[in-house]
Amino acid sequence: MIGHTGPPGGRDDMSPPAHLPGGSGRRTGPQPPNRSGRQRLLPYLLLLPAAAWLVLFFAVPLVQLAAASLYDPAGSLATGYAMTWAFGNYPDALAAYWPQFGRSFGYAGAALVLALLTGYPLAYVIAQKAGRWRNLLLVCVVAPMFTSFLVRTLAWKTILSDNGWFVGLLRDVHLLGPDGRLLATPVAVVLGLTYNFLPFLVLPLYASLERLDPRLLEAAGDLYAGPLRTFRRVTLPLSMPGLVAGTLLFFIPASGDYINAELLGTPNEYMIGNVVDSAFLVRLDHPQGAALSFLLMAAILAVVLGHLRRTGPEEMLR
Amino acid sequence: MSGMVGTTAGREGPAGDLRLANLTKRFGAVTAVDDLSLTVPQGSFFALLGPSGCGKTTTLRMIAGLEEPTGGQVLLGERDVTRLRPYKRPVNTVFQSYALFPHLDVFENVAFGLRRRGIRSVDDEVMGMLALVQLDDHGHRRPAQLSGGQQQRVALARALVNRPQVLLLDEPLGALDLTLRRRMQLELKRIQAEVGSTFVHVTHDQEEAMTMADTVAVLNVGRIEQLGAPADLYEYPATAFVANFLGQSNLLTGEASGGGGNEVAVSAHGRRFSVPAGRARVDRGPVHLGVRPEKLHLVDSADQVPAGCQHVAGVVTDAAYVGVSTQYLLRTGWGGELTAFVANSGATGPLPVGARAVAYWDPRHAFLLSREPGDAHLSTPARNEPVGTPS
Repeated sequence: MIGHTGPPGGRDDMSPPAHLPGGSGRRTGPQPPNRSGRQRLLPYLLLLPAAAWLVLFFAVPLVQLAAASLYDPAGSLATGYAMTWAFGNYPDALAAYWPQFGRSFGYAGAALVLALLTGYPLAYVIAQKAGRWRNLLLVCVVAPMFTSFLVRTLAWKTILSDNGWFVGLLRDVHLLGPDGRLLATPVAVVLGLTYNFLPFLVLPLYASLERLDPRLLEAAGDLYAGPLRTFRRVTLPLSMPGLVAGTLLFFIPASGDYINAELLGTPNEYMIGNVVDSAFLVRLDHPQGAALSFLLMAAILAVVLGHLRRTGPEEMLR
Repeated sequence: MSGMVGTTAGREGPAGDLRLANLTKRFGAVTAVDDLSLTVPQGSFFALLGPSGCGKTTTLRMIAGLEEPTGGQVLLGERDVTRLRPYKRPVNTVFQSYALFPHLDVFENVAFGLRRRGIRSVDDEVMGMLALVQLDDHGHRRPAQLSGGQQQRVALARALVNRPQVLLLDEPLGALDLTLRRRMQLELKRIQAEVGSTFVHVTHDQEEAMTMADTVAVLNVGRIEQLGAPADLYEYPATAFVANFLGQSNLLTGEASGGGGNEVAVSAHGRRFSVPAGRARVDRGPVHLGVRPEKLHLVDSADQVPAGCQHVAGVVTDAAYVGVSTQYLLRTGWGGELTAFVANSGATGPLPVGARAVAYWDPRHAFLLSREPGDAHLSTPARNEPVGTPS
């Protein structure tokens, strides 16, 4: 069963085991103000496993990637790369692939709008109205995650295929022309992104909305706020922490994604993730791939900071 | 209170009495409110008193529009508001949990209703109301930074600032400690006198209802047992339920056999008593003869009983000293128990447990209630219930 609060998964299992040096103080029970050096070190010891993990598998590779982005672009895997501090890699990469950058954020933004339109009501209903169906509905939200990302996206290929029932239906009601199609169009990529990342938006939103006291909604009604104003003045502000967290968790992976564009689109729909993918694995142009990766990171960071500035970081921490 | 007399926030619709007509609410098979009819005069302080589950909160929620009645009507003056959405009623509620908006500061909480009605300049109204509840220097605090009593006052100000035709109070003092509750009771009473709205107060605390309300309706299983001024309810209860819910009563089970003129004769446990006809709800059939514990006086022997009084002899089985009075439990000859509250005025010495004593009362302080066949167990009131009014 999925818990109401707390993140899914046994996060607790990852906390440092009690037999670490710092944990031994526990045996003597609660200690008076006598703060030994060992106790002051305890928080750092608890941080150690995670910090070591981050340094080894995040900081070091990041530095390597940063270095790679400044290698001589004339090098190759066969000949080896020389460090030439080639800052020109960045403007070159941007000049060559700015449409893919634009597409990444455009598609991710469109998918975010779709996800908000479907995900907010969904999270609201699960949190406030579902009663005993709540846990079942939460499982339904998370269940697709039990299969692989790739398989799910391939399934959408079938759903959106030219002779599938969905396209047939759209043709019948003349939303699509007689030879109109969805697969290999931007629409398919956006739909795929929306579907694949929806749980990341719904779960934080659900956590916020679940804490929303229905008596506050009654109070708003009692104080002359109709349903729309109650939403605007009470529900929405109080769900802001979940909304901010959810949009970030949705938008960041969605804008860096390349599977959906790869499987549901054509090279005309390729996003920046596809370009990075091919730079590293197909064209073997490591300096360019690294430069593009950093540009994507910088762009996402800018979007996130702008987002937080508008909504206020305290909303996120509350 | 100059800021109070608002010009912008006028009353919506004509003022008038609040009337409930045959109001009924069923939840599945459970009838929470059963054919309730009552009138609350405009500007009065009305208390709905009853034990938990008696339907008082459901009644309040139907007046507020938060619950839809199964049947019957809610009328404000001549206007039928039964099906009106809550946000369209000139009625505001002080919720039991306060339900303050945690994301808004005190000022914005109080301003909420005014802003939703499109009133632009709310400063005077809000500050005036905050001054009334003595929170004018707390406007920029968040509700979480306030004490329980302060939150309660914000909730009150938030509702009152709208100058509602009817203010509903859903046990708003329940979460406060005793001292604060006393103070808030007086505050509420003062504010009600100042604002002049109709207050409908739901509570299970009989003392709170009696000290605050002009009129009290005692509710039991969805129906009104008795409605009247607090003193009338206390001095002359209409049912055994009211006699024991509002303070406590000694109820002797007996049979009334009518009687001539001004008196009703009662025989109970082989003894003969009488009650003035004006204090008898029935004059024939099975009855409860009731006497309030503080109306019982204890003496050592029957010859000390003053003329015109009636008495019962017994043995003291318990004596609890509670400061202002001593509460005695007296076992009667037939095995019943009487409770007597004797003021510690120093006039008489304390009676030890085991002593023989005679309890007497003035028949003008007794009352006679009709007794349903299954009511007999009520004759022993619960001990240590708070006493209505100190005698």
